[in-house]
Amino acid sequence: MTNEQQFIHNYTTMTINEIQDEIVEEFSDYSDWMDKYSYLIEIGNDMPPYPEEHRVPQNVIEGCQSTVWIYASLTDENKIHFEADADAIIVKGIVGLLIRVLDNQTPDEILDTDLYFIDKIGLKENLTPTRSNGLLAMIKQMKLYAMAFKTKIGDKQ
Amino acid sequence: MYDIANIRNQFPILNETVYGKPLVYLDNGATTQKPQCVLDVINDIYMHKNANIHRGVHHLSNVCTDLFEQARKTVARHINALSDAEVIFTRGTTEAINLLAFSFGETYCRKDDEIVITTMEHHANIVPWQMLCERKGMKLRVAEIFDNGELNTEHLYSLLNERTKLVCVAHISNVMGTVNPVKQIISKAHSYGIPVLVDAAQSMPHKTIDVQDLDCDFMAFSGHKMYAPNGSGALYGKAKWLNEMVPYHGGGEMIDKVTFEKTTYNQLPFKFEAGTPDYISAVGLGRAIDFMEEIGMAAIEEHEDEIVKYTINQLGGIPGIRFIGEAKEHSSAVSFLLGNVHPYDTGMILDKMGIAVRTGHHCAQPLMDRFGISGTVRASFGVYTTKEDIDALVKGVDRVRMMMS
Repeated sequence: MTNEQQFIHNYTTMTINEIQDEIVEEFSDYSDWMDKYSYLIEIGNDMPPYPEEHRVPQNVIEGCQSTVWIYASLTDENKIHFEADADAIIVKGIVGLLIRVLDNQTPDEILDTDLYFIDKIGLKENLTPTRSNGLLAMIKQMKLYAMAFKTKIGDKQ
Repeated sequence: MYDIANIRNQFPILNETVYGKPLVYLDNGATTQKPQCVLDVINDIYMHKNANIHRGVHHLSNVCTDLFEQARKTVARHINALSDAEVIFTRGTTEAINLLAFSFGETYCRKDDEIVITTMEHHANIVPWQMLCERKGMKLRVAEIFDNGELNTEHLYSLLNERTKLVCVAHISNVMGTVNPVKQIISKAHSYGIPVLVDAAQSMPHKTIDVQDLDCDFMAFSGHKMYAPNGSGALYGKAKWLNEMVPYHGGGEMIDKVTFEKTTYNQLPFKFEAGTPDYISAVGLGRAIDFMEEIGMAAIEEHEDEIVKYTINQLGGIPGIRFIGEAKEHSSAVSFLLGNVHPYDTGMILDKMGIAVRTGHHCAQPLMDRFGISGTVRASFGVYTTKEDIDALVKGVDRVRMMMS
């Protein structure tokens, strides 16, 4: 499945946990770290281009040795659309996984989710706050976006 | 002969494996591992000798005081200081430079005075001076470097004038391994009557430093980068400066007499050592110096210079490698980039192969800006670094290249 198909696939059918399970299944093929990293590199390389107008300081995630940008917008169905980029490709692959899980979900679904796939695919060590790739900061930022959009939707209704 | 097997045997941590692979430790510029003799001395003090120093009437206090002062003598002898009193124990280079920036600044500096540093300084030799400049309304002047990572000494000399209060320069760049001609810089600065601080954090582990031969006014270094415990280090200063300078921290041990009206200060070096120092780490530092001298400083320098040459030679064979810093005088560390690969990617992949390098800006962001890069991959060496370590690094970097292409 190409990455684009994957995104469309996600949009239409799958819940957050179904996508997480799918990722865990994919990574179970790789016992070696080099294979996992190769796969993350592939995911990073397949990410859709990040819109240049969103490459601004307020979209930068702090706390990374690599620079990470995440931008979120609300779709017509009140779901959140995430776009992201990173200058280090493995980090970009990691943020690509987060997007695959959280993109096109509702704010409530994003806020309530437990991202267990990170532990199950062996990336948990990257979750401590002092880790320089900022995975924890990325998740926090995505949930903050969800919180902000939830408030915005609430105000409209 | 340089008996590397025997040296490596003295470092228990070198037998560790990471992710099931033998540890290849190439992050010595950040911190070095500790030999058994240093670990033993720490353990021995805690198990048999520990008591606070300088104030006890009792036996153990006297034992620890003697050990601490013996360590000071060892440091003084190692750097050839005129007297033990010129060695002030600190927690490391950063604390030593902060001490100097405060005490020298409060004693000698006024509005519109200038401090000269270089583009290749570590943040520890930038920020304390910036803070002093902000406090006093002074100006920080920065000497330029050439594209090959060498210092533009002519530019540095052009910055010296009657307002210059101090020149602060790294002996060896922590990022590029450039060895700066500090003796020549000191001589030139002295011809203007300007004192010089040498940041020897990266050079003390690799070279013999003779403060009288260099004629430096101040010199700062960290113990943990030279096989000694964390929290050890020192500021060397010529007594004529230290005697005039106001103290940095106030507290116990640094006083002569305290009344609520006025306090007079203790003599050197105690004037600058308020509170209980980390005397056990200081003793460990003394032991680490003995350890290095047993190998021989000349032998260490020769071995590590050979490793630097070998690294540049071997890494240079990988397509797309670019070295950051190619100075003629090059020691202790090699920084590089692989094509367009982000240094963090390189570091993450090497890590999983058991190879420890540092990636990022190495606390030298202005230097990164100078080269227009966000960071480098740095391999840095120690007494126990082998050519096999470098072969593993080269193999690892080549693997990164293949994964990224």
